[in-house]
Amino acid sequence: MSTVVLLAVTGLGLGALYFLVAAGLSLIFGLMDVLNFAHGALLSVGAYGTWWAADGHLPGAGSGGLGFVLAVCFGTAVGTVAAVLLELALIRPLYDRPREQVLATVGVGLAVPALLSAIWGPDARPFPGPAALSGTFGLLGAHIPVNRLVLIGAAAAVLVALRLFLGGTRHGLVVRAGVEDRAMVTALGIDVRRAFTLVFAIGGAAAALGGALGGLYYGSVDPGQGTSLLIFAFVVVVMGGMGSVAGAALAAVGVGLVQQFANYYTASGLGDLAVVVLLAALLLLKPRGITGRLA
Amino acid sequence: MSTEPLLAVRDLAVVIGGRHILHGVDLDVAPSGVTALLGRNGAGKTTTVRGVLGLVPRTGSVRFLGEETVRLPTHALVRRGIGYAPEDRGVFSALTVAENLRLAERPGAGEPAYALVHELFPELKTRARQLAGTLSGGQQQMVAIGRTLLNGNRLIIADEPTKGLAPKVVTEVAQVLERAAQAVPVLLVEQNLAMVRRLAEHCVVLADGRTAHRGPAAGLLADPEATRRLLGVGRRTDAVPEEHPMAPHDPGAAAAAADSAKGGA
Repeated sequence: MSTVVLLAVTGLGLGALYFLVAAGLSLIFGLMDVLNFAHGALLSVGAYGTWWAADGHLPGAGSGGLGFVLAVCFGTAVGTVAAVLLELALIRPLYDRPREQVLATVGVGLAVPALLSAIWGPDARPFPGPAALSGTFGLLGAHIPVNRLVLIGAAAAVLVALRLFLGGTRHGLVVRAGVEDRAMVTALGIDVRRAFTLVFAIGGAAAALGGALGGLYYGSVDPGQGTSLLIFAFVVVVMGGMGSVAGAALAAVGVGLVQQFANYYTASGLGDLAVVVLLAALLLLKPRGITGRLA
Repeated sequence: MSTEPLLAVRDLAVVIGGRHILHGVDLDVAPSGVTALLGRNGAGKTTTVRGVLGLVPRTGSVRFLGEETVRLPTHALVRRGIGYAPEDRGVFSALTVAENLRLAERPGAGEPAYALVHELFPELKTRARQLAGTLSGGQQQMVAIGRTLLNGNRLIIADEPTKGLAPKVVTEVAQVLERAAQAVPVLLVEQNLAMVRRLAEHCVVLADGRTAHRGPAAGLLADPEATRRLLGVGRRTDAVPEEHPMAPHDPGAAAAAADSAKGGA
């Protein structure tokens, strides 16, 4: 029983991490038809930004208490700024050339990890976290690491915030409409490019937050973390339905749980395979993803 | 100044994927009333409208309210006062009716005219919370036209607003456009000649991506030889009866519907 509980909570934590990456990825693809292969790099930027700040380089930030909160905020902010710069400098000039656009994001997705490993080395760096978050707590006889709960809580908060933004604000309305028919949004007199930048900022912030908290989950940061998470985030996006935040949340939970349980009860590594099988099965049954609708 | 056309298009050319869709369209929209844009299927009517709005890459000159706008992005041109109801209605199916209308609001451009829209289309009020994707074709067309009336626009562009609609709804749409045109000039793309006869004062006819004829609508429609030559009326080759229950191949039924529409108005 305690093993099942531990696997379930760990799976949910992993799912939370996938969701933080996939939410932005899904919105960006849904709205702009851009497959952002640089999204994993944004996660890495957030992770390294947080690590750098918590390591004592940012005045006021540190590895404990409010200092760590400040470090996470700093990492998230750096990731957000990076996402906005990426959209303005690389994605926007290439809107009429989708093939070059994909290549540009692939290039950034390769260049950022290379840059990080050139500056701080290719090896994993221990991630400084507050003592309060490195312990465990008991749940139904299982000893569960606290950082899993932090990830799950953060993902839930991001999900609620995104739903409120999409459902309750004019910018959110523009994004939902743009996911369906971008040209018609401009034909109503709305500058949809501003929504593009906004969605990149939101997606970048979520991914960077995922990076910051992923450091807690893994206990370390390394340059390739974002790239390996990106693959599963793409699986989640496809399963959830392109452009659907709620679908991404459901799919992320499913993928996280299946991966954890399969890795534990079968051979390690089969979990990743199980995810791909799950994806194929879902696409055969419901080609448009879990939600079957957009946004 | 008052005789200057509201919208003056000169030598509009559109090339998509290496194919010349438009070669040189000239088009004036009069400062009042309805100007009909006519032509056979594939003549370039919808592309002309999309080219004017900048929804497809285009060259030439598009003057709106006396100013050149061909370099403006779509949203900037539209904000100068254009309401656009596209051929496929452009309704956002995953949004509610109210959200579809709210999208058409232009912050900073005066109060949106919900009273007018709800008076013309009471159903848009009663169905405000319904998803637009679950509406009938006629109701979706009401959303599309309602959006153009919300903003005190200077020009309304309606691309085949009666396409695929039941005769009763066609009558409703005609009535609304007739009323709208009393306040705002309308550029109407239309296959239904009964609609044109009822609403339009001026007409522009396209053929093979070029302007083939410009003049008063009544003059063209009174000339059977010209309508046959320019619009293909009488030849049944390009007619799709199921989709166009009142298309020009059946002028008798169309005229009857227009008459009953007048009776109901």
